[in-house]
Amino acid sequence: MTQTVPASRTTLSLRTRRWVTLFAALGLLAVVLVLSLALGARGVEFSQIWQALFAPEAGNNDQLVIRELRLPRTIVGVLAGLSLGVAGAVMQGVTRNPLADPGLLGVNAGASLAVVFAISVLSISNPTGYIWFAFAGAAAAASIVYAIGSLGREGATPVKLVLAGTAVTAGITSMISLVLISDADTLNTYRFWSVGSLASRNLDAVQIVIGFVMIGAVLAITSGRMLNLVALGDDLARGLGQRIHVARAIAAGAVVLLCGSATALAGPIVFVGLVVPHIVRPFTGPDYRWIIAVSAVVGPSLLLVADIVGRLVVAPSELEAGLVVALIGAPVMIALVRRVKLAGL
Amino acid sequence: MTQTDAPQRPTHDLRADNVTLNYGGRDIVSNVSVGIPDGKMTVIVGANACGKSTLLRGLSRLLRPASGRVMLDRRDIHSLQSKEVAQLVGILPQSPIAPEGITVRDLVARGRYPHQGWFQQWSPSDEAAVEHALNATDTAELASRRIEELSGGQRQRVWIAMALSQNPDILLLDEPTTFLDVRHQLDALDVLADLNRERGTTVVMVLHELNLAARYADHMILMCEGRILAQGTPSEVVTAERMREAFGLEAQIIDDPVSHSPMVIPLGRR
Amino acid sequence: MNRTQRIITGLSIGALALALVSIAVGAYTLALPDLLATLFGGGTPSDRFIVFKLRLPRVLLAMLVAVGFGLAGALFQSLLRNPLASPDIIGISGGASVAAVLSLLIFGATGLVVSLSALVGALIVAFVIYLLSWRSGMNGMRFVLIGVGIAFMAQSVIGYLITRGDVRDAQQALVWMVGGLGGASWEDVLIMVVSLVVLVPAVVLLASRLRMLQLGDDLAAGLGVAVQRSRLALIVVAVALVAIATALVGPLAFVAFVSAPIARRLVRGGGLALVPSALVAIVLVLGADFVAQHLLATGTQVPTGIVTGIVGAPYLLWLISTTNREGRAS
Repeated sequence: MTQTVPASRTTLSLRTRRWVTLFAALGLLAVVLVLSLALGARGVEFSQIWQALFAPEAGNNDQLVIRELRLPRTIVGVLAGLSLGVAGAVMQGVTRNPLADPGLLGVNAGASLAVVFAISVLSISNPTGYIWFAFAGAAAAASIVYAIGSLGREGATPVKLVLAGTAVTAGITSMISLVLISDADTLNTYRFWSVGSLASRNLDAVQIVIGFVMIGAVLAITSGRMLNLVALGDDLARGLGQRIHVARAIAAGAVVLLCGSATALAGPIVFVGLVVPHIVRPFTGPDYRWIIAVSAVVGPSLLLVADIVGRLVVAPSELEAGLVVALIGAPVMIALVRRVKLAGL
Repeated sequence: MTQTDAPQRPTHDLRADNVTLNYGGRDIVSNVSVGIPDGKMTVIVGANACGKSTLLRGLSRLLRPASGRVMLDRRDIHSLQSKEVAQLVGILPQSPIAPEGITVRDLVARGRYPHQGWFQQWSPSDEAAVEHALNATDTAELASRRIEELSGGQRQRVWIAMALSQNPDILLLDEPTTFLDVRHQLDALDVLADLNRERGTTVVMVLHELNLAARYADHMILMCEGRILAQGTPSEVVTAERMREAFGLEAQIIDDPVSHSPMVIPLGRR
Repeated sequence: MNRTQRIITGLSIGALALALVSIAVGAYTLALPDLLATLFGGGTPSDRFIVFKLRLPRVLLAMLVAVGFGLAGALFQSLLRNPLASPDIIGISGGASVAAVLSLLIFGATGLVVSLSALVGALIVAFVIYLLSWRSGMNGMRFVLIGVGIAFMAQSVIGYLITRGDVRDAQQALVWMVGGLGGASWEDVLIMVVSLVVLVPAVVLLASRLRMLQLGDDLAAGLGVAVQRSRLALIVVAVALVAIATALVGPLAFVAFVSAPIARRLVRGGGLALVPSALVAIVLVLGADFVAQHLLATGTQVPTGIVTGIVGAPYLLWLISTTNREGRAS
């Protein structure tokens, strides 16, 4: 399976299917966006949405809810969902592990440690304040895990990366617990961030992070071709002219930027990165450029749907999106594992 | 290859009666009835995915038939106790796993498990069996080496030694010569042939190399798409007609000048 | 004396020394002669109080749960043929934690009830994972991966539960989840002793079957092992070991994960290394507990689980750097 397959040899049905999938995903996203603005503990009419966005009236509470609460939330959901979906796809490609998830690479743990530090030592307590820390922590942890996994002769193989991620995550979790056990105030602030929620973020946070998301996305698309070769195995990929280290570095850069951004925006969220590429792959086929592109659209849909469900299910209170995703994602992952014919690790 | 009856082995009757085997989906082996001749070397051959390994696993009790029965000495093999069967029938699967760091002697010793009781006392007869197995496969001087350090050929001989120390009356082997070079393929097969001749052990092997199969087999079973296409002596089974049917291969069959068994010369384009 | 015997002797001596030191050292340190005298029936009343009421139960409990964790880790990793297959990773500890946190936060339970919930939680999760990973036979990799999925889910549920309660309750839950030996009592010791008396002989009986299973399912079956039944029995025993230990002291991070690989590298030879695994675990837990109580400068006592967590990470990193492509030790 070479990366540049002449158009005549790709089956027509696959080519059509890809484009149809992409447009269907975009359509679905559009619908989800509207629903995200419309649905919630407080019912608003659809007509209000247009007005709220483009011709706001002062004093209209419905429109206020839409503009001030749901719009930021939706935007955060789109950015975080996009980042996580794409990062998951890239990770699965570079580790050749269909069950790779940013959480496995220690990204969430690193961000959490940095946030705990910010809260406890620097007494920062609003989410916008600890964005940079989350970002830095995620990046640092992912880099450490990647560096350690690359030690030794073979470089960063799937087994070693997962082991490194597990070790770093567990070690960091212990350090976090150490702080939280003795510092109730920090625990009190941290525990709400750690659940993974799209709420209570304002657009300042988005403005800070959006640049990184865009760079990360570009890197990810660039890595798409390389990932198609890496999928064949290191030896074969090298034989076809792909420099493995370059591919890994670019992929790692993309993952770090994207995961850092997602965690900075919404806290640690698991499973989106794992599940989205699997949803996408049966429709797009194994070409990573397509998997990444469609994951960028499906990720936000998934996250926003989870958020919407969380808002409705126990209204007027809510379940955080991160929790809903975990509760849905785990059974999906288990179903995946059961379906696939597995060789040993 | 003629073979004298070795008096020290009891005779056994291993057969499959109208057996169908699958792994939960499509049938791999369909309605196959076959008997394994006692005291001889039987080789199962056929194209890829024709069901040879599956049939072997069915005969060895690793795979329960979806229909039909596998009988050992006129009893359903699945109704017997595991250890009871293990003392009579040994199997060496295609890619066995060696625990990291294990030495040759330890691995060969594990083959004695079916002969040991609950409290695992290591007896002189166990020791003797291990020694015998090491000598028969020419691996005695490797005894304290670790498995990872050995070459492919040496490793395969060690696995055969383990099967030998189990001392079964019937030995089933799934592709015992894969990944071995020519010299080692012959070594391994010679060990098995010696075993068959000297101890009267019934040997059933799956081989994908036709000419080797014809050379070493007393009895050949040719499979095609889950059924038995032909069985009998190598001369009966290896014919141009059969090669065409089973492998889609145009070939000329000549007499191997060394072993006088049929030899397949494929007719390619060059 | 062959290598295995030498390692076992060395580890035993180390464990014993650590145990004695742990009993002796503290806010009031006993000299060795006094300690020995007290242990054998003499000593002053205050010495006897310190040794028998405070320190000995803790040290004994540490050793006993270590055996539980160490053996369970060794069994799981051999059964599932995977260095990642540790009960803490595959969700069994997660199940225990969810149950414990539920009972702590929602039902306001304490002590024994929490422990029982943890035990039930671990067993239920293990059962569920086993059922889910069964598909005409058990596959080790599937078991691990499903366990990881459940571990993630458990973490999220716990995260949610923690946001719902009062922050003091949340802290209490966190303390339980980290795992520690504080408040060890003679009842705890007794429970663990009884459990081990039942379970360890089971392990001994099943060990030979496990040794055959190491060779692969087909070969083991060919050698006469009832593969599915033996594996089920071994899993039940391993889960029981880890569930009871977790119920008593919480999920001590890394002990199960790390003990068997360390033991196997010490002993080599490709065997199961069950006794060395248990001994390594004892040394690990006693050492970590000692550090948790004395060497950290914070003044407050640190739960043992934190020390094992922080120390376990560098070990794993070393494991990674000495692992070659197939994931085996070089």
